[in-house]
Amino acid sequence: MVHLAPLFVAIPLGAAFLSLLVKAVAPRVAGILSVAAAAALLFLAVVALLGVDSGATAAGGWGAVSEGGVVFLGGIVVVLDGLSRLFLITVAVVASAVVVYGVKYMAPYTGKPLYHSLLWLMIAGMNGVVISGDLFNLYVFLEIGGIASYSLVAFGTKGEEVEASFKYLVLGCVASAAILIAIALTYSATGALNMADVAAAVAAGKVPDAALFFVSALFLAGFGLKAAMMPFHAWLPDAHPSAPAPISAMLSGLLIKTLGIYAIVRIFFSVLGVGWHAQVLLLAFGSISMVGGVFLALGQDDFKRLLAYHSISQMGFVFVALGVNTTLGLVAGLFHAVNHALFKSALFLSSGSLERITGTRKLSEMGGLVRRAPMTSLATIGAALSISGIPPFNGFWSKLLIIVALVSGGHHAVAGIAGLTALMTLMSFIKVQRKALFGALPERLAGVREVSAVMFVPVLALALLCLATGILWPLGLSDLLDRAAAAAGSVGDYMGLVTGGR
Amino acid sequence: MTMWALLIAFLAVGFYGLLAKRNVIKKILGLTILDHAVNLLLIMIGYRHGGCAPIRLPGEDHAGFVARSVDPIPQALVLTSIVIGLGITMLMVALALRIRQCYRTLDGTEVNRLKG
Repeated sequence: MVHLAPLFVAIPLGAAFLSLLVKAVAPRVAGILSVAAAAALLFLAVVALLGVDSGATAAGGWGAVSEGGVVFLGGIVVVLDGLSRLFLITVAVVASAVVVYGVKYMAPYTGKPLYHSLLWLMIAGMNGVVISGDLFNLYVFLEIGGIASYSLVAFGTKGEEVEASFKYLVLGCVASAAILIAIALTYSATGALNMADVAAAVAAGKVPDAALFFVSALFLAGFGLKAAMMPFHAWLPDAHPSAPAPISAMLSGLLIKTLGIYAIVRIFFSVLGVGWHAQVLLLAFGSISMVGGVFLALGQDDFKRLLAYHSISQMGFVFVALGVNTTLGLVAGLFHAVNHALFKSALFLSSGSLERITGTRKLSEMGGLVRRAPMTSLATIGAALSISGIPPFNGFWSKLLIIVALVSGGHHAVAGIAGLTALMTLMSFIKVQRKALFGALPERLAGVREVSAVMFVPVLALALLCLATGILWPLGLSDLLDRAAAAAGSVGDYMGLVTGGR
Repeated sequence: MTMWALLIAFLAVGFYGLLAKRNVIKKILGLTILDHAVNLLLIMIGYRHGGCAPIRLPGEDHAGFVARSVDPIPQALVLTSIVIGLGITMLMVALALRIRQCYRTLDGTEVNRLKG
């Protein structure tokens, strides 16, 4: 199975390339191609999930070269372990729903093959980040995912969209520069780019404390910006709502997690180690994100903008959970990241459906839609209950775990903030439901009809998954999460995995 | 030492241009400077005074090669990084053109329809 890992990048890249290729001859084929590629990716991710073997493989078969007693690593290492497995399945599930939804949603747009191509480039970048065992390779995939998402935000090419994309691009470049500087300094301090080698050098104490501190700060700022941690969040509320709904779902559901959370977990927990400074920063910025995001969301009337602010707030939960720096905290953070991927992508997709049928994103102009669009409304309610933390939906369990982890780690004040934020999230979504789904139907919307099944089935599936993971998580998911946390949390295991594969 | 001081100055100018300048074109210039400053940092990390180009001659052993040449890895990284920088710059220029068409201005402070 480990040798199949490069396929997680190869399939999306192939789909991106073929979508462009068919653009000239048969533009309609691009949609079919996309769905086929999504099915293949989902199948592969499930196979990877069922396989328990972890390991590393050198892409392209360039293994190690030994000369005069010195071993050189020739190729680019691809690593498949519990943590990457968890993110690969999340990416595959959400991406599949988004691709199916997008086939119908994108129908009024021109240039659909370009959309499919960019979407698959983005998925290739995300999967590449997740399986890469090499710091520079991680950076390259980060940029692939990044460039694809900058262009997708501007896909409508109207003024607002281009403005949001430009802002996103400028801040994304700052983040990338910080990350690349950090990688360069890491290389200069350790003489390695392979994450396992870097981890070994750090564990052996070869890196001076000051250098480690500086590099950690740069990594945290860079990935924090990619994950929209609160002082660096300014781009997100513009960029995420401006994109077409399927892309908003990808950006909010997956991109900030694979490029932000995954990279932070991998680099801090598996490679550099979480120092007390990183812990303090994660807890502080996480708390600010939680409260700030939810306060800004409360005043929003634009549905998609409201969801975008909630993304910042929910990412704050993940940051504080990681900041506890215990296995429980790591499990809770990863669980919440996965749950957020499911319910936030469902919410963004249903916001797209509601916008499509009502012609507006303003909550104050909607109302009574539960009778007109029952399926979409059902999915919205499910996902909203999940993000608000109502049992037995998955959001409740992960928020509970995060608060338990915070209390057991002795961070009572942060736990209080998390509880308060959870309450305010609930308030905000009660407002959404009251304004958009229940209440009186405005006269203007008297003739609206439910969207087609191609659009509501993926959203319903995601909402059902929110419920299923909430009810079934003690059965299989907790094991998966434990393995992911164990894989991430143990520097020694990661080194053994990679160096053993040489 | 002069080179390092220059490098830090370049980085600062790049970040300043990208973040603080109002004009969209000046932001793009800032990004280009920042890109090249980071590339320069990578090159400087691999550089060795008096080192030669990292081309391994036939029959040369590893220790001799390491002693003689500069570090080739940062150079390989810089090549990749230049290509990425080119892509980003082109995308940014395309967006700037579109901003000019939609807003009839290149002043970043007037490109502000998104609020809240």
